[in-house]
Amino acid sequence: MHIMEGFLPLSHALGWYIVSAPFVLAGAARIRRIVREKPEARLTLAASGAFAFVLSALKIPSVTGSCSHPTGTGLGAIVFGPSVMAVLGVIVLLFQALLLAHGGVTTLGANAFSMAIVGPWVAFGVWKLAGRLGLSFAVSVFLAAALGDLATYVFTSLQLALAYPDPASGFVGAALKFGGIFAVTQVPLAIIEGLLTVVVIEALSGKIRDEDRIATLAGEGK
Amino acid sequence: MSKRSVWMLLAIAVITVVPLLMGGKFEGADGEAAAIVENTEGFSQWFSPIWEPPSGEVASMLFALQAALGGLVLGYAIGRMHGRRPSDDQKDGAMAPRG
Repeated sequence: MHIMEGFLPLSHALGWYIVSAPFVLAGAARIRRIVREKPEARLTLAASGAFAFVLSALKIPSVTGSCSHPTGTGLGAIVFGPSVMAVLGVIVLLFQALLLAHGGVTTLGANAFSMAIVGPWVAFGVWKLAGRLGLSFAVSVFLAAALGDLATYVFTSLQLALAYPDPASGFVGAALKFGGIFAVTQVPLAIIEGLLTVVVIEALSGKIRDEDRIATLAGEGK
Repeated sequence: MSKRSVWMLLAIAVITVVPLLMGGKFEGADGEAAAIVENTEGFSQWFSPIWEPPSGEVASMLFALQAALGGLVLGYAIGRMHGRRPSDDQKDGAMAPRG
């Protein structure tokens, strides 16, 4: 989902910086508060960032015959709410932009919005909705993480379509074209991310009841 | 590890391997999308990466480093949280008097 360095027109690059900035600032404030008020949650916070670090380094083959990578932002969004991932996601994106020429500094705002903001918010929303519908812990986590992952890639397709609408079919045509590459490739990867997020939350929270896992990781449990 | 986790990890392995058996070039989706953008009329890349890994080998080293750093922290967190839990009951309240 990384839009490459210099690939968005200047106005778009700046625009995405401006819409992403408040989310990142709010996330930084939230992280400061978590660290101060719930010291037990610091380890989970580190693990949430680390999970995104690992997953976004793994290029996984997909049924479309191309490769892409998961985002790993669902875990932190489920445990702490979406705002913390805005900061942790930007750290991952910066590492890849500066050291791997993957993504870029000019496209950081846009990539942050899709991976560190849209993905986590969708994951969080799905998690809350699934809880309200009474779905089980594992199914809820799976759906939240998988749909958050997929949403990131759908949004990247929209960002590219906005910048480069198709001359004949316009924004919608371009969105379908980019979505055909990103979103379709991402489906099996999103399933992988959903499953892995359940496994890692279980590993982190240990042998306790499913209902207590998230609260324990968030430092709210006993 | 619970039975559920084991099954999920197996499923992950299957979902990863099946595409490989189906075949394909397995190039990056990012690159495919970039190719479409590059073919757009009037497109010019107005800013290039400040630094690029000089070769695929160096790039894969840095990707491995990224995964290793994340894995290190994640493993530490899992280990720490497991090590901490059983002793929690004893730790509550006063520490055992020394010596």
